[in-house]
Amino acid sequence: MSRFLLRRLLELVPVFFGVILVVFVISRMTPGDPARIILGEKATPEALAQLRVVLGLDQPLPVQFARYLGRAMRGDLGRSIQSNERVIVDLATRFPATIELTAAAMLIATVVGVLTGVLAAARQHSWFDGASMIVALVGFSMPIFWLGIMLILLFAWQLGWFPISGRLDYAVELRRITNFYVLDALLARNGAAFGDALRHLVLPAVTLSTVPLAIIARMTRSALLEVLRQDYVRTARAKGLAERRVVLGHALRNAGIPVITVIGLNVGSLLGGAILTETIFAWPGVGRLVVDAIFARDYPVVQGAVLVIAVVFVLVNLAVDLAYAYLDPRIRYG
Amino acid sequence: MRVRLLVPAVLIASLLVAPAVTVGAPRTSWDAKACGRVGGTLVFGQAQDAVSLDPGDIEDGFSVNNTSNMFDTLVRFRADSTQIEPSLAESWSVTQDGLVWTFRLRRGVKFHDGTPFNADAVVFTYARQIDKKHPYFPGNAPYASFTYQNVKSVTAVDPYTVRFTLSAPFAPFLTNMAMFSTSIVSPTAVKKWGKDFFKHPVGTGPFKFVEWVQKDRITMEANRDYWAGRPCVDRLIIRGIPDNTVRLLEMERGGLHLMDQVNPPDYERIRRNNRLVLFTGPGLNTGYIALNTEREPFNDVRVRRAVNMSVNKPALIRAFYAGVGQPAKNPMPPTIWGYNDAVKPYEYNPERARQLLAEAGYPNGITTELWWPNRARPYLTQPQKIAEAIQQQLAKGGIRAKLVTYEWGTYLDKLSNGEHPMAIIGWIGDNGDPDNFLYVLLDKDNAVKGDANNYAFYKSEAVHDLLIRAQRIGDQAARARLYRQAQEIIARDAPWVPLVHAARVGAYRREVQNFYLHPLQIWWLHRVWIQR
Repeated sequence: MSRFLLRRLLELVPVFFGVILVVFVISRMTPGDPARIILGEKATPEALAQLRVVLGLDQPLPVQFARYLGRAMRGDLGRSIQSNERVIVDLATRFPATIELTAAAMLIATVVGVLTGVLAAARQHSWFDGASMIVALVGFSMPIFWLGIMLILLFAWQLGWFPISGRLDYAVELRRITNFYVLDALLARNGAAFGDALRHLVLPAVTLSTVPLAIIARMTRSALLEVLRQDYVRTARAKGLAERRVVLGHALRNAGIPVITVIGLNVGSLLGGAILTETIFAWPGVGRLVVDAIFARDYPVVQGAVLVIAVVFVLVNLAVDLAYAYLDPRIRYG
Repeated sequence: MRVRLLVPAVLIASLLVAPAVTVGAPRTSWDAKACGRVGGTLVFGQAQDAVSLDPGDIEDGFSVNNTSNMFDTLVRFRADSTQIEPSLAESWSVTQDGLVWTFRLRRGVKFHDGTPFNADAVVFTYARQIDKKHPYFPGNAPYASFTYQNVKSVTAVDPYTVRFTLSAPFAPFLTNMAMFSTSIVSPTAVKKWGKDFFKHPVGTGPFKFVEWVQKDRITMEANRDYWAGRPCVDRLIIRGIPDNTVRLLEMERGGLHLMDQVNPPDYERIRRNNRLVLFTGPGLNTGYIALNTEREPFNDVRVRRAVNMSVNKPALIRAFYAGVGQPAKNPMPPTIWGYNDAVKPYEYNPERARQLLAEAGYPNGITTELWWPNRARPYLTQPQKIAEAIQQQLAKGGIRAKLVTYEWGTYLDKLSNGEHPMAIIGWIGDNGDPDNFLYVLLDKDNAVKGDANNYAFYKSEAVHDLLIRAQRIGDQAARARLYRQAQEIIARDAPWVPLVHAARVGAYRREVQNFYLHPLQIWWLHRVWIQR
């Protein structure tokens, strides 16, 4: 087991290198000189030339790459071209916002999704089964942008239950330690901030959770239905077990592997794909950071963010593999 | 011999007292704007958070809206125009040859960190932007080469006198000294924070920096010792909320007092809401089609006039600017002094356009390309739709144009290389000086391939002569005359199709008092107060 873990962690090294290389090459192949884009209509030739030197763009590509790689090895991802901020600081403040949002969304999606899927499978062809699968299809197809605005209009603007945008009311004091606001509020034993941060989290998390929720619900249902048709389930029923124990105790665990896989894949795509939700709710996360940086040709920020997203992706996949072994005793890593 | 330009003693005296009530000051001066109530927190929501808070290192309006409330410049724009009034400099003079400008600085002003403001700070602010080997050179200093153009040296004569020596007489210099990028920074703070000064800004302005939660909000508090009197509110919060609809909903619920960038379809919603006010005024921008005068068939003035007559500007403004833009007839907007309102616009007349093309030797019309930028700009709200509409309009005038676009950076590069026949582009004014439009965009000096801003490659000796003369004299009325002449010649030669001056638009809650959206579209908020 520990050898497996070590091997998987070692695999991170070529992944790092590959990601850096690919992102570096792609970002350099994108048309548009960053100096031009930063200076816009106002560019004077002197300013352009000067800015290219400042940004190191006057050096040949391999030199730029070698320099970047050397610094990245030492944990220095450079400074943002636009703001002059250290990329590592940008990421340290933005990633927690996105992870907080993604975690909340995945929690909702997993709990509600699995529950719905189980109920639908246990009562196949019932009205609940039909209704929930239609809702899931609608949830899957709904434009996030539209859904977000509608949730705001109803629950924030009309009813006033939740705030419209942001992560924390400006009147609420909170010392930021980890930049996970919910966690920071707990650490500071600050009840007001904890409640406010949670209230801010609800609507964006619900918005972000709809697509994975729909996928998880449908996947749980179909996986469970398949398992429920197997011989050992018939045996369990034949020996007189209650249906609840048959489904939850015997079948669900076996149906878990495809469900866990889908959850893992969705965590990854949400990390990079929260951009729309972050934009609607003015959520200061990494999705907006990356998109702004791409538009501004802010290479160091794009590279740094993609690198970190890739690492999280790899780690989530590792966690999924470990979960397989827990769910299915036949799977052992060594 | 020195010419005293401006030392209105009354004005300066009024600057020194807190402006609870001011008598006799011009209406447009900042000091005429008194606080009806002091206190409270003012929240302004804009479409993006700041990128950086180092005024020497920014170029986006969102950052400028923040720094302009924390920093001062030597001179400043008046509250509702691009005219200049004293700020950190109480008075100034210029030698008759126009080369040496001497500023007398206000005494007793302190930076927010408690260190004194003096001539050394002015010299430091200049030096760190202009010398990229300076130990405190900000990341890019994108505006330094513009604001300090023609400045040869800056010296501290004594602690309260600073002297700028120019390499050539340059009248817009004074206006440039009011621009955000020349904001005077605390040398002590810059040295203390180094590369992190951009998130620890220290100036002399009406608000002091408190906290920045990046991509979210910036908090400032009133500078109670501000030399022009404390700002009306105790706290100022500037939030970044990217979605225009969400920002409006937030203001309707009372989470914001003011907001920028309203979606045109929402204008009516705001007008109908008696708790909200919609502000519209002419913007400091021009959207236009540059006709490449070096390429056939646009080297023929008849063809260029035909294009002008084929474009129906009011229709474009109704369709794409919610009716609040202004059709353009000159290269610069009417908010700038020196605007020539006597210029007659080309009438919309596709029939006449076809005739002109026939006279020029194109009886069957012409086939060409219309380039458009694939990025929304204030002067070009919906680039693709506007380009398609213009394409259809041109067709009626006998001009069959294929639409061509490139990514924004590439687009600008190709334009400055002159690869386009016709290109939609625009300009946002920096300082409200006519030179900033006419010389930059239409002088032959700026038509050098590869570096051109004159995308029409229009090279008129007569215009060049007028524009250079206007740079070299100090008298504004005389300059305005020269600029008016230049606009007449330009209209006749038709190197552009001037399209639109997009409006400046903002909205605010009824309880917000004393707010006026400046023609430069910078949100100065120190004189705004909140009614109970």
